[in-house]
Amino acid sequence: MYPELGQLALILALILAVLLSVVPLVGSLTGRDSLQAFARPLTTGMFVFVGLAFVVLTHAFLTDDFSVAYVANNSNSMLPWYYKFSAVWGGHEGSLLLWILMLTGWTMAVAIFSRRLPAVMISQVLSVLGMVSVGFLLFIVVTSNPFDRLLPNVPADGADLNPLLQDFGLIVHPPMLYMGYVGFAVAFAFAIAALINGRLDAAWARWSRPWTTVAWAFLSIGIALGSWWAYYELGWGGWWFWDPVENASLLPWLSGTALMHSLAVTEKRGVFKSWTVLLAIVTFSLSLLGTFLVRSGVLTSVHAFASDPERGTFLLALLALTILASLMLYAFRAPVVHVRSRYGSLSREIFLLLNNVLLVAATLLVAVGTLYPLVLDFFELGKISIGEPFFNLTFSPLAVATGLLLGVGTFSRWKKTDAGWLARKLLWPLAVSVLLSTAVMIVYGGFKPWAFLGVFTAVWVTTATFWDLWDKSSSKKGRIHGLKRQSRSYYGMVLGHLGLALTMAGATVVSNYGIERDVRMVPGDVAEVGDYQFLFVDIGERRGRNFTAQYGTFEIMLDGKRIAELHPEKRQYAVGMSVMTEADIDAGLFRDIFVAVGERISDNAWAIRLQYKPLIRWLWLGALFMAAGGFLAISDRRYRIRERATENRASSAPSSPAQPGSQGAAGAVS
Amino acid sequence: MLRIMCFLLAILASGITSADVSAVYGFASRSEEQRYQNLIAELRCPKCQNQNIADSNSPISKDMRNAVYQMMQEGASNDEIVESLVGRFGEFVKYKPDLDSRTFVLWATPAIAVLGGLLVVAGVVVRSRRAGTAAPALSADEQARIEKMLAEKNRNGKA
Amino acid sequence: MKRFLLFLPLLVAIIVGAFLFAGIGKDPTKLDSALVGKPVPVFSLKSLKQPEATLDESLFQGEVTLLNVWGTWCPACRDEHADLMWLAQERKVPIIGLNYKDNRDDALVWLDRLGDPYRTVIYDPKGTLGFDLGVYGAPETFVIDASGVVRYRHVGVVNVEVWEQILLPVITKARGNG
Repeated sequence: MYPELGQLALILALILAVLLSVVPLVGSLTGRDSLQAFARPLTTGMFVFVGLAFVVLTHAFLTDDFSVAYVANNSNSMLPWYYKFSAVWGGHEGSLLLWILMLTGWTMAVAIFSRRLPAVMISQVLSVLGMVSVGFLLFIVVTSNPFDRLLPNVPADGADLNPLLQDFGLIVHPPMLYMGYVGFAVAFAFAIAALINGRLDAAWARWSRPWTTVAWAFLSIGIALGSWWAYYELGWGGWWFWDPVENASLLPWLSGTALMHSLAVTEKRGVFKSWTVLLAIVTFSLSLLGTFLVRSGVLTSVHAFASDPERGTFLLALLALTILASLMLYAFRAPVVHVRSRYGSLSREIFLLLNNVLLVAATLLVAVGTLYPLVLDFFELGKISIGEPFFNLTFSPLAVATGLLLGVGTFSRWKKTDAGWLARKLLWPLAVSVLLSTAVMIVYGGFKPWAFLGVFTAVWVTTATFWDLWDKSSSKKGRIHGLKRQSRSYYGMVLGHLGLALTMAGATVVSNYGIERDVRMVPGDVAEVGDYQFLFVDIGERRGRNFTAQYGTFEIMLDGKRIAELHPEKRQYAVGMSVMTEADIDAGLFRDIFVAVGERISDNAWAIRLQYKPLIRWLWLGALFMAAGGFLAISDRRYRIRERATENRASSAPSSPAQPGSQGAAGAVS
Repeated sequence: MLRIMCFLLAILASGITSADVSAVYGFASRSEEQRYQNLIAELRCPKCQNQNIADSNSPISKDMRNAVYQMMQEGASNDEIVESLVGRFGEFVKYKPDLDSRTFVLWATPAIAVLGGLLVVAGVVVRSRRAGTAAPALSADEQARIEKMLAEKNRNGKA
Repeated sequence: MKRFLLFLPLLVAIIVGAFLFAGIGKDPTKLDSALVGKPVPVFSLKSLKQPEATLDESLFQGEVTLLNVWGTWCPACRDEHADLMWLAQERKVPIIGLNYKDNRDDALVWLDRLGDPYRTVIYDPKGTLGFDLGVYGAPETFVIDASGVVRYRHVGVVNVEVWEQILLPVITKARGNG
């Protein structure tokens, strides 16, 4: 009975979404407040019904209702309850339901946190979000209903969740990822609304910015979680494969980073408006593209959901409608700006524009690299593969260039920066960076050109960021006062940039100085990896809740001193009989030691994979820093100031170039 | 339908549920061992869902790893090894695409994008300089408003 | 001019969309053979049915043949077997079998029970010829012309539709050239 209620809830949500798309929008265009007043209630209704559907599906999983086909395909009675819960989004239909739950959730958030926005703006933003919801709800209801039943032949038990997914990673990675993906819909909606009502100004940028930053922060966390999960779960110690689905998540992140920075310029200086709007549309389009790529079977990937041409076509149609309509609106309505502002060639505006150039180039690179095989196949020019070797060669230079630019740009000032002054400012950070990078090379035992570049860039960003902080926090009333005087926005930027440096450092060091060995070992053998010795003690057996496992015991020694004991295992799951490798890792801030058990070579001998991964945790730590920076930045005062004035004042004030911020210091940054 | 079943069987057999080390080869030196690891990371399993032959457990991947090892023992260079496998399975098994007339655009993408972007930025800077020199004069209306605002500020400023 | 530039993103999106649309429904696991236009690799393997006889690449000289890669472990090979029998008996197509990574006894029992559509069967227990041919999964069927040059490789089962639309045109063309 309940699953049908769930289906009904989705249909009701769809109806409300349709109304939301039309009524407030019409009201905003015809000036009828009564229609616009429907925006928030419709949003609430839509969110409630989708939430209800989600609860119903979750309930079906938790109560082992195998009459529901989706539950039967993705769950099993022996599954621990927390995996039954996360199995809700373990397959295509359920993950789509999670997607739409996030979308309606974000729409709800916009409705709640937008009291001081003009009614026209909020009506249009919510309507646009409603339109996107219509598309996805239609997709679910028509092609991907999670509530389809298997009556009357209800299976006795389910097919089980893929053992790879029976992991903490499934509980956190998709929700965080979707929060990010879907969050960019808000920036998109603001952009479309601005194109519709023509009000594209610094105020618009100020409203869009926090939503964009939060979505970006969540996406950063989501991608990092995915990388971390793959690292410890898949047993080969890799953290990024340039797989099409991984790239699909990186695309909106790169574009979203460009958008964040472009919004900063538009908010502060009122320029680059058309470009920022385009970026907002493109970023969400890339999110949609990602959703399509994962579910259509167009590209091969280990991460892809089962593909279905009918669903693929529907999704592509949805994509096409949304993106083409937006871009057409953009082409007709985007302001053709007459540059009234004047900025020098070394101004902060130009540095941020260059930042955008590099980030957009990176986005283009990843997009082209992902879709190119498709294009060549279309022209029957052969089937090629594009993977890590290609991206390492082409992406790394762009990353390095971005980092180097960041360091220089940190010191730049709005409107004009004197070249000589800038050069003098950079001397000390440069010297310090060269010294520190060389030291790192020595510590890790060997100069490698690409490693040096990567480490130098990371150190350069760090040094420049702290130098600038030191500069800005100098005050006649003392250092502490100077530090307190900086805005949260500024500290958010500091954290964000430090996060980038950490990630770059981690990626560079682990790629260049990590060691992997596959060795044949019998109990009693000792293998060496770098300075570490691995003693294979023995093999034992144990039972888990729904699997049996053979586990190896390894003692890890550093220069003779025992530092850890690891128990990698091979599990055989009861349902489905699949065999899985669970690596064991001795995690550390500065290095990971990674051991995985391979196949049994003979009676006594096993193939063992041993790995030394220096600084690998910095990769994900950096992403956490970046996300923390984002959250800190949006808690800045200026987003929390309650306008004492009424809506009248907000809608009648002329749009002026951004006022100097209340932070005071000339050239204050974010 | 049958095709799907065989495909599914292939997926199960390909062992994407885990990456297993199945055979271990002896190498003369650590650098040779590293060379082997690098080679098998750059070659693609022809039937798997996007895995390199280092991480795939499918029979064909095992055969390919074996072939790589044998060729290394016979003294073949990296290029020769890769070409030998490409000669049998097609360029699909190389993760690094050739640079030829078909893939020129692919390899040139970063350069084209960055150069294009730099041109745009140069254009922006130039246009900004030109616009800056001809700053629009304030209209009488705007002038009056400014004077009013300044007067207000002076009144309140001392407080 | 500026307005025109604003239409560029739309244009790009349409082009990308076209490529994506064309990609839907295509099977990315079907690879073209790298050996098309090249002769069958040199090999020396025993015959399945006559264990003392050694076969080599000269087996393919003289007429256009199909080379069918199969194994008793492959369910799809079982499914296409009836179609192969029909091809051999009704259409008189010369089919040479490649018994890939299999057990001789199992293979012989299989042929005994299901029928034998093959002129000859090459016994390749280690899969060496299969590897050299670029076989990555059974069943696969090659079209080889009278001078022993590979013309085409089909991945997957052979049925009437595959025969009429894919294999027959290739064979006709190969026969036409002598």
